[in-house]
Amino acid sequence: MTAVSAKSPRLTATTQAPARPATGEIPGLYWVVGALLVLAPLFCSHFVLLQILGWAMILGMIALSLMFLAGYGGMVSLVQLTIAGIAGYLTAILGTSAVSGISLNWPWWLAVPVAMLVAVVFGTLVGALAVRTAGIYTIMITLAIAAAFFYFVQQNYAVFNGFTGFNNLIPPVFLGVDWHNPIAFYYLILSCAALAYLAVLYVARTPFGLALQGVRDNARRMAALGFSVTAHRIAAYSVASLIAAVAGVLLVWLNAQVSPGTVAVGPAIDILIIAVVGGIGHPIGAFIGALIYVILRTFALDALVAVGLSGERFQLLIGLGFLIIVFGSPDGLLGLWTKLQNRSQRGILPDREVSR
Amino acid sequence: MSAFASRHPIWSLIVFVAAAALLWAIFAAWPPGMVAWAGSKKIFLNAFFNGITLGGLYFLVASGFTLIFGLMRNVNLAHGSLYMLGGYVGYEVSALTGYWLLSFVAAFIVVGALGVLLQLFVFQRMEGQDLRQTLVTIGISIVLADLMLWIWGGNFYQILAPGWLSGPVKLPLVTAVKSNGEAVYLTYPVVRLAVFGAAVVLGVAVWLALNKTRIGMLIRAGVDDRDMLSATGVRIQRVFILVFAFGAGLAGVAGVVGGTFQSIAPGEDIRFLLASLVVVIVGGMGSIPGAALGALIIGLSEQLGSVYFPTYAVVLTFLIMVVVLAFRPQGLLASGRT
Repeated sequence: MTAVSAKSPRLTATTQAPARPATGEIPGLYWVVGALLVLAPLFCSHFVLLQILGWAMILGMIALSLMFLAGYGGMVSLVQLTIAGIAGYLTAILGTSAVSGISLNWPWWLAVPVAMLVAVVFGTLVGALAVRTAGIYTIMITLAIAAAFFYFVQQNYAVFNGFTGFNNLIPPVFLGVDWHNPIAFYYLILSCAALAYLAVLYVARTPFGLALQGVRDNARRMAALGFSVTAHRIAAYSVASLIAAVAGVLLVWLNAQVSPGTVAVGPAIDILIIAVVGGIGHPIGAFIGALIYVILRTFALDALVAVGLSGERFQLLIGLGFLIIVFGSPDGLLGLWTKLQNRSQRGILPDREVSR
Repeated sequence: MSAFASRHPIWSLIVFVAAAALLWAIFAAWPPGMVAWAGSKKIFLNAFFNGITLGGLYFLVASGFTLIFGLMRNVNLAHGSLYMLGGYVGYEVSALTGYWLLSFVAAFIVVGALGVLLQLFVFQRMEGQDLRQTLVTIGISIVLADLMLWIWGGNFYQILAPGWLSGPVKLPLVTAVKSNGEAVYLTYPVVRLAVFGAAVVLGVAVWLALNKTRIGMLIRAGVDDRDMLSATGVRIQRVFILVFAFGAGLAGVAGVVGGTFQSIAPGEDIRFLLASLVVVIVGGMGSIPGAALGALIIGLSEQLGSVYFPTYAVVLTFLIMVVVLAFRPQGLLASGRT
């Protein structure tokens, strides 16, 4: 441990996202999972489709935006859920909701893009503020901004309708399809999630993505090479905000409501937990973590009651699971998986990934 | 001070005028025009004193946080949970024994011991991995919050102050003058003043300990360059444990204080974690005088804001933080050697 790394805290070597080699080697498992997801409406109930898979993919997209910042940019931001929340809130305020006194009843094709645009602008501004600091300061500042937004919407009744928020938000009818239909909405979520995932994979390989990873690894050297460190970091915030904004609109359509509880501090931290549990160095980790989180969230109550504990101990379960994973594997479940694979392949050879 | 005045004459003038206006607002009887414009003086004075005493409480919480961060570069996001645990322990002890002062000792020891355990079994094992430490403290705070919810439930607990501290005291500050020329004086709860006094004494004591004693010298050296300090033969792990125990103990003591003049309930941990975050960001990370200044600013803005523009009081706090970050990212009183 050197003095330098003490002063510029960054992710440990094992958690850094590798730039994948060029396409053409997609593992078979990905095809199987993809096919299962596409065919899911054939054998899943509507509850599983939306409340398990759909919710997991939406949370996964928000976690993916955090993963993009943390894994490729080395910036851990807790503000991603807030950005999603802003997009959701603006969809409600500009579009149609049950709160007719506030909602402006704009058509969806105007309300949704404007909502996302505002969310991206907000995310970029937060980024511009957050990149003035580094490492752990970023976590604290973004946490504080997330909390400020939560308190603000809770106390503001004129625009954000305070504690109640907005309800009766439903996906619109367009292209001749009623997207409120569970199966249609599931495919909408699935295509957005897949697009976001592929976009992150693509951006990571573009010159911008590579430069961003260079900034993460050694900002000073990249600056010496003529790259603008600040501009790359802020641009990363914009990209991540766009993903979070899409997820935010989908989230309020899924829940049909948005309230301060949606953007509270607890859920904002849950997004970090999701990304870390899945493996913050891998884009797919965000979705794996989200699926585990959603399954736990939905079924932990029954499971806890079954073993004789009160269902309220759900948070304890999440916290302990999170602690075990952070202790055991800095790269989440995916890191654990690679570790096990390496061990079984290399046999008695020592593990390279011993913690520092 | 004079150097600052000669370098920034305009700023010094503004600060001087603001301080004079504040002193006038506190000590003088307000003319009727002022009362019509800003409300009665009693409301202002109450909000002002509430702000200062709340600042004292924030300082108690944030000083431990900033001390731990300054030496170990470790953001302990479980600090709010330590505060809340201190409050619950203090409540149990004072309810059992009836001695209010004993609850401070108990909270300091119990929470300090938890701090030692955290340092020994968590932070020492992942030294230098800042992000992982932060994540672990998030996990710990979730687990602790749920355990405390399990044990103490969702009720509000208030620690009773002893008889000699309860009740109001008359302060020599005029709030209004009656029509017959008789002055009305401000009455204020003794316990809040006592707590504020204790916070000041503690702050001065910590500052003296850091700047005038040998152990303080070691800690300051560790803040500057811990590798070099350990190379000179200091067993730095022991210093770490000591500082962590002390910082955690301070959070526990603050919990008792908070439980006495506010209350302890689930959710307070996040509230005070955020308060300490904002306080140390505004004041400057790792600096005790910075924590004091930040706590005063945040406490005052919260209370004055909740009186004069209630809807946006919380947002005002964060706005101050954003402005400080935008113009002085290292905090108002940061040492500059980050």
